[in-house]
Amino acid sequence: MGVAKYIKNEKDAIEEVIYQSGIKVKPIYGPKDLEDIGFDYEKDLGEPGAYPFTRSLHPQGYRSRAWTTRQYTGFGTPQETNERFKYMIAHGQTGLNVAFDLPTQMGYDSDSPEAEGEVGRVGMAVDSLQDFDTAFHGIQFDRIGAGLTINAVASIMLAMYQATGEKYGFSKDKISATPQNDILKEMIGRGAWIFPVEPGVRLVCDVIEYSVKELPRSNPVSICGYHIRESGATPTQEIAYAFEIAKVYIDDLIGRGLAPDDFVGRFSFNLNVFGNLWEQIAKFRAARKLWAKMLKEQYGVKEKKNLFLRGLFGGGGSGLTKEQPENNIIRGAYYALAAALSGAQTTALCSFDEAFTIPTPRAALLSLRTLEILMDEVGLRDTVDPLAGSYFIETLTKEMEDKIIQEMDRVQKIGGMVHAVSTGFIQREVAKQAYEYEKSIQDGTVTKVGVNKYTEGEQPDVELHEYNDSWAKTQIAKLRELRRTRDGREVVRSLKDLEKAAKDGSNVMPVLVDCCRAYCTVGEMAGIFKDVFGEWKEPRLF
Amino acid sequence: MPAKKIIRVLIAKPGLDGHDRGAKTVAFALRDAGMEVLYSGLHQNIDQIVSTAVQESVDVVGLSIMTGAHLPISARLMERLKEDDLNDIHVVVGGVIPKDDVPKLKEIGVKDVFPGGTRFDVIVDSIRSLF
Repeated sequence: MGVAKYIKNEKDAIEEVIYQSGIKVKPIYGPKDLEDIGFDYEKDLGEPGAYPFTRSLHPQGYRSRAWTTRQYTGFGTPQETNERFKYMIAHGQTGLNVAFDLPTQMGYDSDSPEAEGEVGRVGMAVDSLQDFDTAFHGIQFDRIGAGLTINAVASIMLAMYQATGEKYGFSKDKISATPQNDILKEMIGRGAWIFPVEPGVRLVCDVIEYSVKELPRSNPVSICGYHIRESGATPTQEIAYAFEIAKVYIDDLIGRGLAPDDFVGRFSFNLNVFGNLWEQIAKFRAARKLWAKMLKEQYGVKEKKNLFLRGLFGGGGSGLTKEQPENNIIRGAYYALAAALSGAQTTALCSFDEAFTIPTPRAALLSLRTLEILMDEVGLRDTVDPLAGSYFIETLTKEMEDKIIQEMDRVQKIGGMVHAVSTGFIQREVAKQAYEYEKSIQDGTVTKVGVNKYTEGEQPDVELHEYNDSWAKTQIAKLRELRRTRDGREVVRSLKDLEKAAKDGSNVMPVLVDCCRAYCTVGEMAGIFKDVFGEWKEPRLF
Repeated sequence: MPAKKIIRVLIAKPGLDGHDRGAKTVAFALRDAGMEVLYSGLHQNIDQIVSTAVQESVDVVGLSIMTGAHLPISARLMERLKEDDLNDIHVVVGGVIPKDDVPKLKEIGVKDVFPGGTRFDVIVDSIRSLF
């Protein structure tokens, strides 16, 4: 999986192994190592399904239920996306993970000048409720959970999902949506932010508060270490920063008068499986334990289920290479193995062609099959947390835990995550790590097969997903037709209500649902927010 | 141009895409190679990029594009530079660029193209060779 540094002697024997988190690995581990870390089964691991959940959230692990598979899907118009959703579900996928195009993520309508060239390119184009009606036609809202991978305007998309569900006869207590809704991570990596930090966090917490009160089956936030890692952070930074982000949202919600036990059980995480196999497994085990401990000890959370670190552990795209692209199929399988050995509850893989563009149906299906083979053929459902008790894994888990705490302390010392993001501290840290990693690939201290070892000259072409210009034309025509035919008075009225809610600080969600029902467009709703909140100016790094 | 000229580069992220790991790592590499580097930040339109390039008197604009929209975006920048008579600003492009598109970019006046994974020394040498 290729991120550790290997110092070798002249005979190619390994003299030193250094993980990306800075941990040095010894050639041999034994009982003495467990003694040295004061290993205590009850305290450090607990039974599967028991606090601190190092081993597993559930007593029977994958015996009782295999993981949920949720490939990231969406492109073109809602019609193309609906067809792809149905294709993936027909082939055994058990949840959806919706990709939106950039204009939608950034709050622009498909016919705005900013959207030119981007409509339907990296995800599905959405302008109004009629697009969700098409995209989710024939989907069982009560049985298939939908991840909505959107952040700055997650509030709008969740409102739209609720309005569509209701149109198809699924009441709001039945629908299960997971809007990603993590704006702080967008400011660190991925970059689909719009509003400044404070209103950005407020919108995130409006979505959470509303979901806690009105959408009992929805998980209103998915905190994404994933993209922070993709941007270059080390595995320990990934977890530490994700937890520090979570604390910002928790504190905001407490400030609204909610008790942590009312909402933390609805948090989920999106974490990255890329890196050294053992380091990844230890990372996830340490993360599960630390999250439960933090909630219990710092926030007084009592309910057992509320202490679960639930989420998607997904194969990282940054591990894939353009060189010898078929190798990415093999890499994906090992990432999935790491996720399974870590007890991932939900999973997804980047497909082998995603170093080039969004995947073809064949490539996406191959990723799904990779996940299914692990569960159904290889034996990953046999027993819970099979590596527990390993001298090496338990020592490493403890070391990762200590490193994560150190990184969290660093963020606290400079004033917490909001400050760290506003000043660019985190962005600088992450970019620096990305640069160091890139240099180590180029100087060969980190091996990447097909890139700096076992290279082959000219590469054969792989079949790629192609962007179709006609999608934008279709989408824009549909949007313009909608603007002519909808009830303009309702649009104006609901947008005025939205402006009022945005200004007076009340929760924007009920009004957004109303706006969606009136067929307000994404650009109109986000436009109100832009007028009221302004836009973020990122701190300069160079 | 004198041999010791310090090359000024603007790394720019045009459009809506927010993936800037590549842009930032290349910025670090060019800086370590002795160039003066500015990074535009995200979500820049062509007007903003051109006006920063002029204000900061840069010699090179490096566009970083990951979404697949590199052909229309690069074409717009090249047209703007021509219109404003800024032909002395060199343009290079990096990102997720399929190899078939490399000659197309060069045809419209892009000096060099660096698909993901291009070595830093290749990028540095290529930019130096423009002067």
